[in-house]
Formats: sequence, C-alpha cells, structure tokens
Amino acid sequence: MNVHEYQGKALLARYGVRVPRGEVATTAEKAGEIARDLGSAVCVVKAQIHAGGRGAGAMVDTEAEAAAVFHDNLEREGLPKHARKGGVRVVKSPAEALEAARSILGKLLVTRQTGASGREVRRILVEEGCDIGRELYLSVLLDRSCGRVAIMASPAGGMDIEKVAEETPEKIFRESIDPAVGFQAFQARRLALGLGVREEKLDEWVKFFQAIYTAYVDLDCSLLEINPLVETKDGSLIALDAKVSFDDNALYRHADVRELRDEHEEDPKERQAAKFDLSYIALNGNIGCMVNGAGLAMATMDIIHHHGGAPANFCDVGGGATTEKVAEAFKIILADASVKAVFINIFGGIMRCDVLAQGVVEASKQVGVKVPLVIRLEGTNVEEGRRIIGASGLNIITAADMADGARKAVEAAAAAA
Amino acid sequence: MSILLSSKSRVVTQGLGATGKFHLKGCRDYGTQMVAAVRPGKGGTSWEDTPIYDTVADAVKHQGVDVSVIYVPPPGAADAIMEAAEAGIALIVCITEGIPAADMVKVQRYLEGKPSRLIGPNCPGIITPGQAKVGIMPGYIHKPGRIGVISKSGTLTYECVHQLTQLGIGQSTCIGIGGDPIIGSGFIDLLRLFNDDPDTDGVFMLGEIGGAAEVDAAAWIKANMKKPVAAFIAGKTAPAGKRMGHAGAIISGGKGTAAEKIAALEAAGLKVAPSPADIGSTLVAAMKG
Repeated sequence: MNVHEYQGKALLARYGVRVPRGEVATTAEKAGEIARDLGSAVCVVKAQIHAGGRGAGAMVDTEAEAAAVFHDNLEREGLPKHARKGGVRVVKSPAEALEAARSILGKLLVTRQTGASGREVRRILVEEGCDIGRELYLSVLLDRSCGRVAIMASPAGGMDIEKVAEETPEKIFRESIDPAVGFQAFQARRLALGLGVREEKLDEWVKFFQAIYTAYVDLDCSLLEINPLVETKDGSLIALDAKVSFDDNALYRHADVRELRDEHEEDPKERQAAKFDLSYIALNGNIGCMVNGAGLAMATMDIIHHHGGAPANFCDVGGGATTEKVAEAFKIILADASVKAVFINIFGGIMRCDVLAQGVVEASKQVGVKVPLVIRLEGTNVEEGRRIIGASGLNIITAADMADGARKAVEAAAAAA
Repeated sequence: MSILLSSKSRVVTQGLGATGKFHLKGCRDYGTQMVAAVRPGKGGTSWEDTPIYDTVADAVKHQGVDVSVIYVPPPGAADAIMEAAEAGIALIVCITEGIPAADMVKVQRYLEGKPSRLIGPNCPGIITPGQAKVGIMPGYIHKPGRIGVISKSGTLTYECVHQLTQLGIGQSTCIGIGGDPIIGSGFIDLLRLFNDDPDTDGVFMLGEIGGAAEVDAAAWIKANMKKPVAAFIAGKTAPAGKRMGHAGAIISGGKGTAAEKIAALEAAGLKVAPSPADIGSTLVAAMKG
C-alpha cells in the first residue's frame, strides 16, 4: 500500500525526522491561507498523487491532452520537453499560492509514472521553502537477495537513483542490517562519511539515519525513500520529499496506517476484486482471463500473447474458485468494454473440476455472459467437468489444452472485434 | 532416491485448523507418514488417530518426526517456523501465504547456522512421487521418475508436472519454493541437491518476474551444474510496478523482468520454453542435449 507524500512526512515526523513545516489543502482558498500562516518568504505548492515525477510532469484539463503529453513528451527518455507547468510550484506570496493551487486542484497531472491517463489531483501540500545547500538521496528497502533490510545513500540527490546505480555506482553507499542487533551507529557513520560529512556534524546525521530506519521497521514499510534529502545552508537535515510504501501482508497490525489508504488512487476494479479476495490487474488487450493461481494466470497472459492476442487483464481467482468468486470475477472482467472474449484456464488440483465447472456454469448464467467464452479445464474429475459444461446449454467453447484454449480465444476475439 | 523427502520421512503438522486437517488427510492418503500434529494446549489428545502435542519438541521426542508442515495463519507462522527449527526439525515446509516480510527477515536470521532447511513460505510444498507428499498439491498428477522440478508457483507447477507425466516423464522430487520476496530455500540451494542426487537426471525450473533469483541461478548453473536444466519464466506480458498475485512477483525500477531472466538463462546454455504449453517438450529437448 502507498500513501501520499504529506502522510509519509507526518509519519516520519513522529520519529523525529525533520520535514518542512506545511499543511495539506483540498481547496485553493485553503492553500492560500496555509501559505499566509506559514509566513515564509518562499513556499512550495505540491500536487499529492501516488506517482513520482510530479515536478517534471504536466497539468492538463482532459484525458486526451494527458495522453498526448504522455506519448509526445514523457513516455520515454529523450523525448522533447513539454511547455506546460508541472505539479510542483515555488511561490512567493499567499496570492501566488492560491493561484498555483487553483491551476492544480481538480486538474489531471500526467507524469512518467502515471501512464497516459494521468491522475486527478484532489489534495495539495503547501510547505515553507528551505535554503538548499545540497541534495542527497536516502532509502530503506528490503534486499531480497539476502533477506535483510538495506539502507542506501547517495550524494546524487534529486535524480533517478536507478540511473545513478547504473552509471556511477561508486556514488551509492549501502549498508545491510542484521535484524538481531539492528542498525548500528558505525554503519550510519560510514554512510555519513561516504556523503562527506565531517566531525561535529556526524552525530546529527547518525541520529537522522537511525530515525529513518526505526520508522521503516516500526511501520512495516516495504520502501521508504527520501529524494531529495536536503542539507540546508546552515547544515541541518530535512526530508524534502518522502515516498513511503507498506508491506500489505503486515497491514493487519497497523490500524493507523490502514486509515491512510486513499481509494481514489487505486483502480476501482482492483479494489472491487480485492473485496472478494480476487487478484485483478487491468491490462490493455481484449481477451479477458480468469485463472486459478498467480503463476498460471501470468502464464496464461503469456500464452495469449504468444498466439498473437492481447490479454485484457490478470485475474487470479485462487485455488478454490467458488461460484461466488467466479461470478464476481466475471462481473469485473466484463465491465471492461474492450473485452471481446473470455478465456478461463483452470487447473483443478485439490479443487475438483466438476465443482469448478458447476461454478462457472452457474456464474455465467447469473451474470449473463454475452461474449464468446473459451474454457480449458484440467485436473481431478476433468471428464465430469467437461460433461457439465457441454450439458449446460451455454455457448461455451471447450479447449483441449492451454495452447488450444489460447488459440481459440484469440480467434474468437478477432472475430468479434 | 530423491531429495529431502522420502517414504521414511516422519511428518508433524503445525496448525491443525480446517486446512491443516484437510491436507493432513490428503498427505496421509498419499502414503506419507503423518505421525503427529501440534496444537498448543491440546497436547495428549488426538485427531483421527494422529496424536496431538503441545510443542514441536514433544512431537520430536515421542514420534521422532524430522519434517514439519506449517498451515499456521500469518500472524503466528514465523513463530511456528522458529519453533520447528529450535526443535531440530530437518525439513520445515511452510504453506502459509501472507507472512509479513519483516517476520521473514527475523526467521532467516534465526535459521542461520542451524541445520534446518526451510521450504516456502507461500508455496504448495514438496513431493517425492510414489513415496511421500508434504503440502497441498494433487498427488495423482505426479509420476515417479528422474526429473527434478523447482517452482515459484502452485498451479503452474501442476501444469508443468502434468505435461511431464503426459509425456511419460516421471519426477524424482518436485518442490514449490514459494512466491514471496523472502523464502527459505532458493533455486540454487535445490539445484545443488539435485546435482548431487544420483537418481535425478535433469531439472525443470519454473520462475517468474520479480527479484533476481533466476539470474543468479543461471550463473550458478553455468559454473556448476552437471545435468541438463530447462526453464520457463512466467510474466513476459506483466506490466511494470504491479504485483502479480504473488507478493514477490513485481517488476520494480525496470528490474526483474521476464526478458532479462530468459536472456540470462539462455546465455547460460539453458533451453527456455517459449510458451507454457511447451514445458514438457522443452525438457525433452534439453535432455537430448
């Protein structure tokens, strides 16, 4: 689960991490008031969406404009720069803050990470400006290769860290944390020394790094990234941005974090699917997929592609695949108007194929599936399962195996398109 | 023989809820020695003739168990793994899906220097066809033989095994290593065992997007593996930044794509199935050299 920058900063502040003074607003008037109350000569107005690249992104009015800017200017590196204003503005008065907020709130912000549709901006963060000495990079993440938490720091702040890692790996300093004893001061010192920090300042940096690590562990984060981390001209440290993601598996023990969920930032269909314990992800193709098991579901998308088709979604109905789940999955898949055919690929292991077939038949009757339906069943009691499908009176195309099913689904979708 | 699991293995079930009971039965019906269960506070009772103990250590003491299978729900699963390790269980198979990553970081550290091997979590388990199965896979699709299978997935493994069996190719041992970011045993750990197993002639590896385990395995295979290995990587068409069902199946920062994994495996000389329908035929081709 992801949260907004302002929420991430509020959480970090609890652990003693210094962040710029500021407040969130949902109206331009409120944004102006916040700027006035901050009383700072310079303020920053920042659009709050769950995607990076906001500063370099573009504010647009319509989805068509969003798509145009995305494809012409943002989609990949090396494209010409766009001439529009982005989602982060530096302002010099409350009036300017109000004006900036007005041109951001309710509009679409399209960035490299939002995709072509952009994201509507509903909240805006107004913060005091700070006197930037230099910009650094700091992150805490899970290192899958060794099963430990790692901390990364770099003097190359404000940049794309993957690029830094590729082009100048010597600019990245990394510490791996032993969970039995936690993040040690000597490790934090080593990071600070790598960033060129000298004697009297070391303690403050060590404390800052340790606070960040404590927040990561305490809150069960999966990623905590501060980019840029600012060292001000008078030598203090401020988290100028904060990207915080949480481990979904650990949310059950963090009621306060769960409350920070912003459903507007999530795909409504994915959210609906999650309610029924289905795993659904929308894609761009026209063949709806319904599969039991995540690995097989990915493989099903791949085989559709292999036969020249394009999957409309990833959908894992789980090992069980009950009538209720299958019916819900149908509803979600068919709500996508671009779906021209549905391919159901089920390997009944513990769950018997006759039970699964019964579920599919009932669910398709309930939902009233109008597009061609291709089904491939394999596993326990498969003959009985196929018999149930055949006797259902429904117009279902049965497939002998996965490849046959994919081919038939691709043909059916092409014929219907 | 086979690796890790045989007809001699004696298994304790941790987590005797509905799921645990269902699969205890399934494994017992397959012929596995399901000789004990653990349910704290219920020690001294039994379920369908299976004696129940308060602790794993008690089950070891009274039943000589050397394998544990865990169905304990996520909040208590890490604790269950550590209890099994502390009791000296040689093979711990954790089926539970949804364990917090932070808990697994601790488990990993706890297991360091201990002789226990962990399989999973978030996996279907392990089976040595014709001898024993520990986990939730359908036993009958398997066939005793000489090919090892290592997989990050559940139903995709069944698909793979089914294709092999249809072609008359039996399996020595099949292991689901799990789809989480932190797992007990990875591809390399198990490839090493298959490499040394006189009754395994070749291995099929089922990987997916996310992490770099398949890329690391490719390098290890190139340097060490004496037997043919074939592979399939799921998720060629997966979009970046989205979690594809499994907690670990995510392309992040442009890393962990199927394309980069396939390239690494092919560069190491492996045959990679172009589509999931070609798993069986790709293995056949690999075995012919």
